[in-house]
Amino acid sequence: MAAKQSVNSANTNPVPRLAEIIAAHGHVAGPTLPTLHAIQAEFGHIPAEAIQMIADAENRSRAEIHGVVSFYHDYRETPAGRHVVKVCRAEACQAMGGEAVAAHVAERLGLGFGETAADGGVTLENVYCLGLCATAPAAQIDERPCGRLTPERADRLLAGLIR
Amino acid sequence: MSLVEEHDFGTPAVKSAVTVSLTIDGSAVSVPAGTSIMRAAAEMGTSVPKLCATDSVKAFGSCRLCLVEIEGRAGTPASCTTPVAEGMVVRTQTERLKRLRKGVMELYISDHPLDCLTCGANGDCELQDMAGAVGLREVRYGYEGESHTKLEKDQSNPYFDYDPSKCIVCSRCVRACEETQGTFALTIEGRGFDSRVSPGAHEDFLSSECVSCGACVQACPTATLIEKSVVEIGQPEHSVVTTCAYCGVGCSFKAEMRGDELVRMVPWKDGKANRGHSCVKGRFAWGYATHKDRILKPMIRARITDPWTEVTWDEAFAHVAAEFRRIQGQYGKDAIGGITSSRCTNEETYLVQKLIRAGFGNNNVDTCARVCHSPTGYGLKTAFGTSAGTQDFDSVEETDVVIVIGANPTDGHPVFASRLKKRLRQGARLIVIDPRRTDMVKSPHIQADYHLPLRPGTNVAVVTALAHVIVTEGLVNEKFVREFCDWSEFEDWAAFVADPRHAPEAVEKISGVPAAAIRGAARLFATGGNGAIYYGLGVTEHSQGTTTVMAIANLALATGNLGRPGVGVNPLRGQNNVQGSCDMGSFPHEFPGYRHVSDDATRETFEKLWGVPLSNEPGLRIPNMFDAALDGSFRGLYVQGEDIVQSDPDTHHVTSGLSAMECVVVHDLFLNETANYAHVFLPGSTFLEKDGTFTNAERRINRVRRVMAPKNGLADWEVTQRLAQSLGLAMNYTHPREIMAEIAATTPSFAGVTYERLDELGSVQWPCNEAAPTGTPIMHIGGFARGKGKFVITEYVPTDEKTGPRFPLLLTTGRILSQYNVGAQTRRTANTAWHPEDLLEIHPHDAENRGLKDGDWVRVQSRAGETTLRAHVTDRVAPGVVYTTFHHPETQANVITTDYSDWATNCPEYKVTAVQIAPSNGPSEWQEHYRDHAALSRRIKAAE
Repeated sequence: MAAKQSVNSANTNPVPRLAEIIAAHGHVAGPTLPTLHAIQAEFGHIPAEAIQMIADAENRSRAEIHGVVSFYHDYRETPAGRHVVKVCRAEACQAMGGEAVAAHVAERLGLGFGETAADGGVTLENVYCLGLCATAPAAQIDERPCGRLTPERADRLLAGLIR
Repeated sequence: MSLVEEHDFGTPAVKSAVTVSLTIDGSAVSVPAGTSIMRAAAEMGTSVPKLCATDSVKAFGSCRLCLVEIEGRAGTPASCTTPVAEGMVVRTQTERLKRLRKGVMELYISDHPLDCLTCGANGDCELQDMAGAVGLREVRYGYEGESHTKLEKDQSNPYFDYDPSKCIVCSRCVRACEETQGTFALTIEGRGFDSRVSPGAHEDFLSSECVSCGACVQACPTATLIEKSVVEIGQPEHSVVTTCAYCGVGCSFKAEMRGDELVRMVPWKDGKANRGHSCVKGRFAWGYATHKDRILKPMIRARITDPWTEVTWDEAFAHVAAEFRRIQGQYGKDAIGGITSSRCTNEETYLVQKLIRAGFGNNNVDTCARVCHSPTGYGLKTAFGTSAGTQDFDSVEETDVVIVIGANPTDGHPVFASRLKKRLRQGARLIVIDPRRTDMVKSPHIQADYHLPLRPGTNVAVVTALAHVIVTEGLVNEKFVREFCDWSEFEDWAAFVADPRHAPEAVEKISGVPAAAIRGAARLFATGGNGAIYYGLGVTEHSQGTTTVMAIANLALATGNLGRPGVGVNPLRGQNNVQGSCDMGSFPHEFPGYRHVSDDATRETFEKLWGVPLSNEPGLRIPNMFDAALDGSFRGLYVQGEDIVQSDPDTHHVTSGLSAMECVVVHDLFLNETANYAHVFLPGSTFLEKDGTFTNAERRINRVRRVMAPKNGLADWEVTQRLAQSLGLAMNYTHPREIMAEIAATTPSFAGVTYERLDELGSVQWPCNEAAPTGTPIMHIGGFARGKGKFVITEYVPTDEKTGPRFPLLLTTGRILSQYNVGAQTRRTANTAWHPEDLLEIHPHDAENRGLKDGDWVRVQSRAGETTLRAHVTDRVAPGVVYTTFHHPETQANVITTDYSDWATNCPEYKVTAVQIAPSNGPSEWQEHYRDHAALSRRIKAAE
């Protein structure tokens, strides 16, 4: 999932809008995941305030909501960069030379996996299988899947992301 | 002595009428259908290796250690999650299973620190045991790879540590928090290798939703969650089963000892009140027992402004005897009296009332139950014939719809609350009648179907309105009423409640509760199946406390909710032995067993036994003692284990009464607030230091067992006995069992109670006599103790304490989980981490009107007095209502409460005080005056 640029800057209070989103999902059976999806779609991450609010709305504990958020890698607790690069580290890609590509991408971006550039430009992440094994090594840049990666091809794809 | 061993069957017991037979390792075994293979094996004495299973929580099947082979089935299923089947042939030990288990253990140990010898759980670690059980001899993976062994400890909780480096992620703690405690404060965060136990969301234990009940620590198979006291002291070497001295739930604990040092208190699985569960108070808050503030030597002084002088026990007893005899000589026989304690044992309470009736020669004995559950005694005796709750706690497991009125069980009776919440999560329905939005109204996985947030003081109107709906909508259980009650009495009552002035629409105007909610709640209670009513001091501590108790009884009678499991009228008793102290004849008008002092036959029984004539005139109640002190006719008082200055209403009246007396004897663990007005201090002993019994809210008589010698030299019963001897009364018991024998010999409902029987059965619920030799879990089966159940007309009479322009808000008081009553015990433990001071809860609207913000100092003023404390702005209380606790003497909430009281029993009206709230910048005049006096009064003269 791409990190859609947040309409709410870090400085505005997210609570009123969170309340609206949570209320809008009040009628859904098993509302936790859809609510979290909607929040992430709007904010680009799950603001810390959301945990208690969802817990209250669903009559559950903070721990339970935190358990859900932390279980799914795609729910972020902090905003991602403007672009998200996910490099597959799973077995099929490893067999096709994916680890060299991964190391190259990390070096090129100057980021470790799980890190976001200081200027908020790019977030680099691991992913364990994108289902693109037939075109391994694979990655995903924002919403775009990329296959048959080589260090050179990766450079071309990343060029547009790096100022 | 050795440790009391409790066998872990791995999975919970299953109730089933069907029995299944199978073969395990060649032996035949029969168990109830639905039982796990693991439990079936355990019941025949075969332990299957396990880590994630324990019999307090449901099977989970994650550790993969309890695998077994089943003939005719492929693979190696987990024995914890596989139920038995008829004719099944199971093998728990085969070559294949050995190999698999060893492999699993190898993986666990490859990510576990190898510091067993210096680990706090050494000797009490299931991981260690399992490594031994599977014969682990090497870990082929080495310890070089990525691991969790360097993770930091969370030591924020004052009582236990969380060391994630030792965690095997079995989820036992998470499941215990959910299933046993019902708080849901823990989760497994992350996934895969990152999975770790997490309190709350990125929080430490102390700041999380955790209520520190200890269920997770109890469930943990390793040293991951471990008591700090075990880390500091080491493993206990023997243990003794005893009873908690905090609330009226009466939890059974194992006091685990090293010599005479208490290492930890562990809830006892066979305890019938708590079924292996505990709360933060009983489990952890016992440090007061060895607190440096404890006074261990008797002390006397001439004036309450003098410093104390330490004396020998002999000197102290001689002094008290001389003073009391002097006062009686000067002012008459009735010029002295005493107060028994609901915190002391039955035996001790019995002795105090005996001392007063036989030694003082009057009936001036009262008890702190006067200020809590005296209306329960009166009301339930009138309605059913017995001054006690009708059920056992197990009954809640069969209830379908619950009314909780004027009680806050998650704070006041936490272990019962956990049992109730478990039943609610299974689908029972809930009606909460309370001015505050308590955690029973809404908290994780709990939501009341109806919350009736009534104005304080309108209980009678609301409960009668519930009856109105039941009667006028034809929801009465006529069959029950015709069989077990007086029909014409019922008809009178039905005509009374059917009057339109009791209709919900009329009562809405008085109580502020929407009529529709009253109607809905009444219909639910009358038609929802087994209906049970649980109530607390929010019912009794009113000018119409007794009337509400009777209205509750009416409701149970009209709906036929009495005389079987799952129903009943259940007072939640405040202190550990409120029921017992009342049973033991603590009231000025009643001998043990609730027999009136004017009853000649009863008096004769005791006169014959005690060898002295006894008065047939009821004595003074506590508030009357203060009145009499002020008018000069009452001059001497013996107070055992109650802090009347802090706990009784209208502090000014109490302190002026005490100040007017000539000899006030306080018998307590600490120099409490009452001791500031005392002339003699007799040091008390803790529940760890004496033998005896407590009787809990379900009439259950539980043994209290001495695990260490009294630090003050004498158990409380010995102090009373020596005092009695000094007054010339022949009292020569050598052990509390002899006192219980006397109680049994004189009190019909206790006739069958002996220490031998208690040891044999674990506990007994009275009545225990020839008709019920093993006790009576549920009362009034097939008829009432008084014959017919009695319907009482319950006219609502508003309290005289009214709001007006000067005092526009209603103050109600209560308590909080981590503190207990006047706080003398819990304030001297690390429980202050959760509740360091009393706070005033005020609704945002009322706060805004007064320009108050959360945390501001405020002045609370009533017609009786004023005090200051900090405000907590919250919508838990309704607009117009404020709330505080009374745990801290600095606050002295009872300076504000009035001397209005219950019409029948004088139980104070703590729950309704008209007040005004204003910003404040310092303590009130009274607080300053009191602080000065307390400092002056607490001085102890250096020993010469």
